[in-house]
Parts: sequence; C-alpha cells; structure tokens
Amino acid sequence: MEAFQRLLGRNSAYILIGPAALWLGIFFLLPMVSLLTTSLSDPAGSPISGYQLTFRFANYAEAMGDYWTYLVRSLVYAGIATVLCLILGYILAYAIAFKAGRFKTIMLVLVVAPFFTSFLVRTLSWKLILADNGWVVETLKAIHLLPEDGRLLATPFAVIAGLTYNFLPFMILPLYTSLEKIDPRLLQASSDLYANPIQTFLKVTWPLSLPGVVGGTLLTFIPASGDYINASFLGNTNTQMVGNRIQALFTTASDYPHAAALSVILMVLIVAMVLFYVRRAGTEDLL
Amino acid sequence: MTRIGSFIGRHLMLTLGLLVLLYMYIPNFIVALMSFNDASESRNLYQFQSFTWDNWLNPCEPMGMCESLRVSISIGLLATIFATILGTLAAFALVRHRFEGRATMNLMIFLPMATPEIVMGSSLLALFVAAGMGGQLGFGTILIAHILFCLSFVVVTVRSRLSGLDSNLEQAAMDLYANEWHAFWRVTFPLVFPGILAAALLSFSLSFDDFIITNLNSGQTVTFPMFVWGAAQRGVPMQVNVIGTVMFLAALAIVIGGEVLNRRRARLQAAK
Repeated sequence: MEAFQRLLGRNSAYILIGPAALWLGIFFLLPMVSLLTTSLSDPAGSPISGYQLTFRFANYAEAMGDYWTYLVRSLVYAGIATVLCLILGYILAYAIAFKAGRFKTIMLVLVVAPFFTSFLVRTLSWKLILADNGWVVETLKAIHLLPEDGRLLATPFAVIAGLTYNFLPFMILPLYTSLEKIDPRLLQASSDLYANPIQTFLKVTWPLSLPGVVGGTLLTFIPASGDYINASFLGNTNTQMVGNRIQALFTTASDYPHAAALSVILMVLIVAMVLFYVRRAGTEDLL
Repeated sequence: MTRIGSFIGRHLMLTLGLLVLLYMYIPNFIVALMSFNDASESRNLYQFQSFTWDNWLNPCEPMGMCESLRVSISIGLLATIFATILGTLAAFALVRHRFEGRATMNLMIFLPMATPEIVMGSSLLALFVAAGMGGQLGFGTILIAHILFCLSFVVVTVRSRLSGLDSNLEQAAMDLYANEWHAFWRVTFPLVFPGILAAALLSFSLSFDDFIITNLNSGQTVTFPMFVWGAAQRGVPMQVNVIGTVMFLAALAIVIGGEVLNRRRARLQAAK
C-alpha cells in the first residue's frame, strides 16, 4: 500500500479514516450522549419543543419499576432463542464445514439467501404456519402433543420460535468461519488415538470452535433481546418484550425521558452480560 | 461400534444439516405460495384460498405499497453508495496503516454492531429531537441512520478481504515500472473489488430490510417494511408476498450469477 500512501502524503491514514470516523462520531457517539441526557430530563416536555435536562434520576427508578417484567422477559426469550440457535446452527455449520464437499459454497449462499426476503414478510408467514387451524397445530393435536384447545400462535413458544428462526443465520456464519479453520487432520489424529467421535467432538472440535460460538451467540443474543417484531406479530399482550415498550413510549406515548431511560438500562444490561460472558469464555481478545 | 460411529459422522450430520437448511426455507415457500393466493373472497388472510395470477399481474394495486417500495429502494441505493465509499476508505486505513487511534477506531467500528437496533434507533431520535429536528424527521434522517448501521458492516467485510491480500503484489507491480496510480487501479483494486461488491450487497439488503431503527426516525415517510407493519394491523395484501418473492429471486440470481462468473474467470485464468 506504499503506493497509495505516497499518493496521499503523510496524513493519508487520517484522510482515509476521517469521513467514517466523523460519521460514527456525530451519528453514533453523540446520539448516545443525547440518549443519556434525554433519560435524565424532565418528562414534562414534547418532542417538538425539546426536553429540559434536570438530572431527574427518578426516570430510571420509574422505568425500572414499571417495566422490569418486560426486561426480564426479553432477556429470557433471547437467551432461550440463542441456545436453540446454537444447537441448530452448530449442526448446519458443522455439516457445511466438514461434510458438504464441493457443495460448500452453494450451501453457504443458501444460508444467506432467505435474508433477502423482507424480515417482516417472513415473520408474518410464521403466523400462517402456526395458525390455530393450520396443519402444524392440527397434527400436534392429533398426536396429543397439544391439548384440544391448545394453540401455538400468540404464545411464548411462537415468539421464541420466531426469534430463533430470524437470527439463525447470525449464528451460522461465525460458527462456520471457526469450524472451517480446523484442520481435518486434527480430527483424524484424535480418532487414531482411539478417541470415539463424541470424545473427539468434546476435546477437539468444540474447544477449537469456541471463538465462533462466542461470536455467534453475541450476534444472536444482542439483536434478539432488542427485537419487538416477533413479539408483535407472533405473541400476545403477555409476551411483549422491552422493545415493544420502548417503541410505544417513543411513538404513541411521546414520553421520551422514560423511553430513553429504558433504552439505557437495556444497553447497560447487555454490555454487562456480554463482558461477563466473554470473560467466562476466556475470549476477551475477540472484542 | 466404530462403524456406527463413522456412519453417524458421515451421513447423519449432513442429513441433519440439510433439515436445518430446509427449516430456514419454510417461510420462503409460504411467501411464494401466498403470492398466488386469491384473498378477495375471504377475510382470513392467513390461509390459502384459491390459486390466482392476479397478485403478480397487479403488484401495485394496494394503495401506497409501490410508493413505499420506491422510497425503500432510493434510500437503499443512496445508503449503499455512501456507506460503501466511507467504509472502504476506512478499511484501507485500518489494514494498511499504523496510526494513532487505530485501536479506538476498531472499537468504534465494532460498537454499532453490538448495539441493539432499538437502542441505536432511540439514541438517534434523541439526538434529532435535541437538535430541534423533531418536526423534520423523514427521508433525510432515515438515510443518515441507514448509512450509520451499514458502515460497520462494510468496514468489516472489506477489511477481511484486504487483510488476506499480499501487499507484495503491489510492490511487484511497481518493480515492473507501474506507477503508484497504476499499481493501485490495476492490481490492488481488482483484487479487493469482490469484497467491496459483497459489502455493497449486504448494505443494500440491511437498509432495505430495516424496520426498528427506521420506524423511530421516519416521521411521515413510509418505507416498504413500514408499509408491511402498518398493513399487518389490518390484514396484509397478498401483493406483499409478490415483492418478497421477487426480492428473494433477484438476490439469489445476483449471488449465484456472481459465483458462476467467479468460477468461469478462475477457469479461464487457469487455462491461460
């Protein structure tokens, strides 16, 4: 890159990075500051006239008191969906990395392709699949896995299934990247040394795929915990997530300070959990 | 026992993997199927009634849908162009230069990807309102937001392509009396281009599909996902499924076409 460097002179790095840095500074960092000040402002204001910064910490206590159930529910739903994604995603990523042979690229393309049909349209189609008179529900009733008056739509099950489906590609891609780097000869060596397939998996494959596991779980958990589309389309009023509340506070209630406080709480919770998790997994250098 | 084990190793995982892949496609099948659904007779929009071509023949029939589609495509294209340029330049700086603040910059690139959309959307809204733009939300504010969240993904994609590149190639070109300009445009750029293209595709799909951030910062402007959201409360017109299917097929064609071209070029190169 010396060519490019000389082309632009000594400060080339700053010229190249400048526009992006400026954009991130003005439209990512500054908004975070804005969010903080809004969360500490007097709720007696309006989106048009603005809000007075009065360091009103009560916003946090009130938001927490009113909406803690939504927060807990979001984290639990996102957590379950992440575990399900990890299981499903690991199977597919493993199959692509080690078993797909020359169909590797095609399968990878197929993993990403569903992305291109609108997220909302795909989520809506689950409404049809899980509908009360749909064949999934009928079949489950026929084999008595579901009681006669049971339903899937508008239950926590549907919301978690929706989250799992929607964020699965985010799990598969990092897992695949990690698994693909593993030298197949290591697995061969392990079985030459009389390890059975399960031992090989636990002692060789799994530890080597940990960076992908950590990356994938974060990429799944973070968006899932803030999502409210699945909860709106597939759930009921008792399965709403914190995103539903934040969105409603901003748009319908125009209560920006409490909405901002709830946003900050969600962000802090996620950062704390991520840091704790990354420490435990021993993969700090990923960040 | 070992024979069973090796059988499991060889076929079961592939079968299970294909089943997972199949599961990922169920909604796409449903969307394609519902695009042929004749819903004019029925109130239940979540059940297949009878076959019709009408939805495909009159895709713009639902009021406001094609309008919203046009908005989404314009925002998608503009956001892609801006984010790809800013992100590619930044990726070059991060891979090829050692400068003060490089670690901070890497963190800055990572942070937006680790922020839930609802938080990013609400922080932008808080900024716009604090700046007195609460009444002017619309096309411009959506575009700003979309460039922001596409940017990090562009940097990451181009960076990984660039860092796998041997910088000696460029040196070799210059040893062969290419000037700096030529070395860049004839050697480096063509090698990085697939990465830039992938980043642009990713940007467009992220922008086209975004709902959560857009919904908070859109004012009166309606994008396609927002149209679907609004329609979902009343009953979605079947034409939405036509758009979904077309988007999917177009993306598949682009990606597979690119892959085929890549292979053909590689084969030609090998033949030379």
